Amino acid sequence: MVNKLTFNQLPNGLTVHLKEIHTAPIISTWVWYRVGSRNETRGHTGISHWVEHMQFKGTEKYPAGYLDREISRVGGIWNAMTYLDWTTYFTTLPAHINEISLSMEADRMDNSRFEPGEVNLERTVVISEREGKENQPLFLLGEAVQRAAFSSHPYRYEVIGLKKDLQTLTREDLYQHYKQYYRPGNAVLAIAGDFDTETMLDKVNTFFGDIPAGQESEITIPEDLRPDKEKKITVTGPGETSYVQIAYRAPSANNPDFFALTVLDSLLTGPSSLNMFGSGGTTNKTSRLYRALVEGEIAVSCYGSLQATQDPYLYTINLTVHPSHTPETVLNAVDKEIARVLSSPVTKPEIARAIKQAKALFAYSSENISNQAFWLGYATMFASYDWFTNYVDHLAKVTPEKVLEIAQSYLASDNRVVGFYTPEERKN
Amino acid sequence: MRHTVYEEHYNALPGPDNITREVLENGITVLTRSNFNSPTLSIKGYLHSGSFFDPDDKLGLSYLTALGLMNGTANYNFQGLYNEIESVGASLNFSSGTLTTSFSAHCLSEDLSLLLGLISESLRSPTFPQKEFNRQKMQMLTALAIRSQDTASMASLLFDKVIYSGHPYERPEEGYTETIQAIEQEDIEDFYQRTFGPRGMVIAIVGAVEPQQAVDAVKNTLGDWVNEAQRQLPDIPAATPISETTRKNLSIHGKSQADIVMGSLAPERLSPDYQSLRISNNILGEFGMMGRLGHRVREEAGLAYYAYSSLSVSIGPGAWEMIAGVNPDNIEQTIALITEEVRRFVSEPVSEQELDDSKSFFLGRMPLILESNSGVAISLLNIERFNLGMNYFIEYPKQIQAVTAQNVLDSSRKYLNPDRLGIAFAGP
Repeated sequence: MVNKLTFNQLPNGLTVHLKEIHTAPIISTWVWYRVGSRNETRGHTGISHWVEHMQFKGTEKYPAGYLDREISRVGGIWNAMTYLDWTTYFTTLPAHINEISLSMEADRMDNSRFEPGEVNLERTVVISEREGKENQPLFLLGEAVQRAAFSSHPYRYEVIGLKKDLQTLTREDLYQHYKQYYRPGNAVLAIAGDFDTETMLDKVNTFFGDIPAGQESEITIPEDLRPDKEKKITVTGPGETSYVQIAYRAPSANNPDFFALTVLDSLLTGPSSLNMFGSGGTTNKTSRLYRALVEGEIAVSCYGSLQATQDPYLYTINLTVHPSHTPETVLNAVDKEIARVLSSPVTKPEIARAIKQAKALFAYSSENISNQAFWLGYATMFASYDWFTNYVDHLAKVTPEKVLEIAQSYLASDNRVVGFYTPEERKN
Repeated sequence: MRHTVYEEHYNALPGPDNITREVLENGITVLTRSNFNSPTLSIKGYLHSGSFFDPDDKLGLSYLTALGLMNGTANYNFQGLYNEIESVGASLNFSSGTLTTSFSAHCLSEDLSLLLGLISESLRSPTFPQKEFNRQKMQMLTALAIRSQDTASMASLLFDKVIYSGHPYERPEEGYTETIQAIEQEDIEDFYQRTFGPRGMVIAIVGAVEPQQAVDAVKNTLGDWVNEAQRQLPDIPAATPISETTRKNLSIHGKSQADIVMGSLAPERLSPDYQSLRISNNILGEFGMMGRLGHRVREEAGLAYYAYSSLSVSIGPGAWEMIAGVNPDNIEQTIALITEEVRRFVSEPVSEQELDDSKSFFLGRMPLILESNSGVAISLLNIERFNLGMNYFIEYPKQIQAVTAQNVLDSSRKYLNPDRLGIAFAGP
């Protein structure tokens, strides 16, 4: 089934991506802003995520609570996410009522109020969200590793931000951040579902066409050079279980090396799902690290994570240490497997298998309208929509030689931070 | 009230005209529904084995048995079996609940026979090899060590202890460290022999396959399975509601956030109060930004990132829970706020607007639930398990519309008493 795809840009700079899908009477609407923790400066960490929270607090036209009711009463779903490079807002609604999502997104692109009372109430909510994360050892470890992995790039901070910044950010800080980044030229509107493209384009023009283009501001993201030596850190905290996180500086999504590293990750720790919603994905029991470490009873679980980002971020290998082993033994065992990749290159059939897996995961991603709308915008935050549609083709071009080359380059120990989480000794 | 959404979607609803149901001679019920919008399949099912059969001193036996089904079979070892699945980017897993053991698979439609063959292998000829059993037991013990540090999980376990005191449902399906340590490989084999069999098993296949092809594929793989020794599930006893507010709490060293679970018993799925209680729960702690609880605890007081309610009903006594994650200093204030909201909820009828909004939510949400193959598969299993009838989705609007504000008040009063709440929390 071929779904009609349309790409457009309004005179005020808003990029519009539309995909007609007539399998269910649903429309999923996403607005993506190129702002995330990447755009944050010292003392202002967590501000992008907090602004996202404030976007649910209402405008003159749609006071707080009004939209929540309107969307929920038709069974719709709406939410938002903030990440390193982007912030996104989505609604998935029955098709006939979808206009409200356009009206609301256009309105809060320019008219959010950020009332001081609401800002203060939200401060404790955001801090509570952070405290919930702090309960998890893997958050504490990940935060410390991220910090050690970058010296000046804003990727060194967790998206939620530092607690001290969450305690001191002001209403003016938040509003200024909002005004700087929430404008048509910095946004992508992606809509997929049961609509007629011409009619939808008219509606988009009606709701978004009059929003002032705003002033594009010059931003300079501090660069972070590739590390030149291995760093090791240890975090201690409550619990009985130890964890290891190994974080290599990775290529950005736009770098052709990204696809070869994706294949290598698939071989080492298993293929990653392409889905945000619904099922998909497969297990990683036949991956090299699972076989060596989990079947070898050195670790209890392992998984890899490679994020598509605008600037070079991190490829992480995460392991839960077996109770009868130490983090050091786990690290040694991982290194042995990496040495194996370097000394006996992966084979063509292994690569072919990784591509077949990716094809299946790609098919699952087309099962659900929200997923399709997600990809329509998401890929533009670090590359272009072609990045997604050509994903499997890019993987198919990866050769064993290329995998070897990127393994040598990226999985070198001087390109990484090794983090251990060990249980603290209890004081009696 | 608007019913446009439901009416628009009417022809696409699962119903007697498009669900194929066939009962095989050995007692397996097969349900299928075709959807050729994407080349994928969701296969889900359950059989009547669960932790209800676990002896107290070996609690977790059913859980470990379900996990062990894929450790090795007559024709595959662990790696061989997972190689088949992962090579085609599919997924398959088994899990145990209190009364059922479930399975779930996702694959390309061309791999239907492969996946059904592997489901059949796992269910009919597991070998439970000793080495894999030992490994899985250790993984389970680590998972329990991690659970003991998780404030939300521990509060939930404590809550079950309070409201199901003396009832089999007070026991966690995953067991405890000492009960897992007591389980040996022979126990798994014995448990498997006594409780696994085709009688009462249900399998739903939804996606790009013709109904008869799906039914035939199940017949070919599972149609001749018999187990004369398969035990029947005993009747589930009733639980006695607590006579006064009862608290339990647990201190977990070093945590930043506390989790609170409070509430009471709920009826079973087939209770005539079911639909009005769903609406009650929706208004109390689900609608929009977590209903009245979210409004009071998060929006007005800024105390928590999450504060919501949840209704769990199945066979035997269910649970109605109010859940919040808060700073440890705010535990008592949050419990007081939630108790106040419960008191208000059982003192006065909900407004007509709240009732209308909530009904509209349930009708509007249905197309979103039924959009994905897995959503339809889950719905088909529920129709069969609770004997709801093939007309369920067609009759559903009438059931929702029939609920009145007085029904909501009466049913809530029946199960929720602000002076007889179970209250559990875990935190630093």
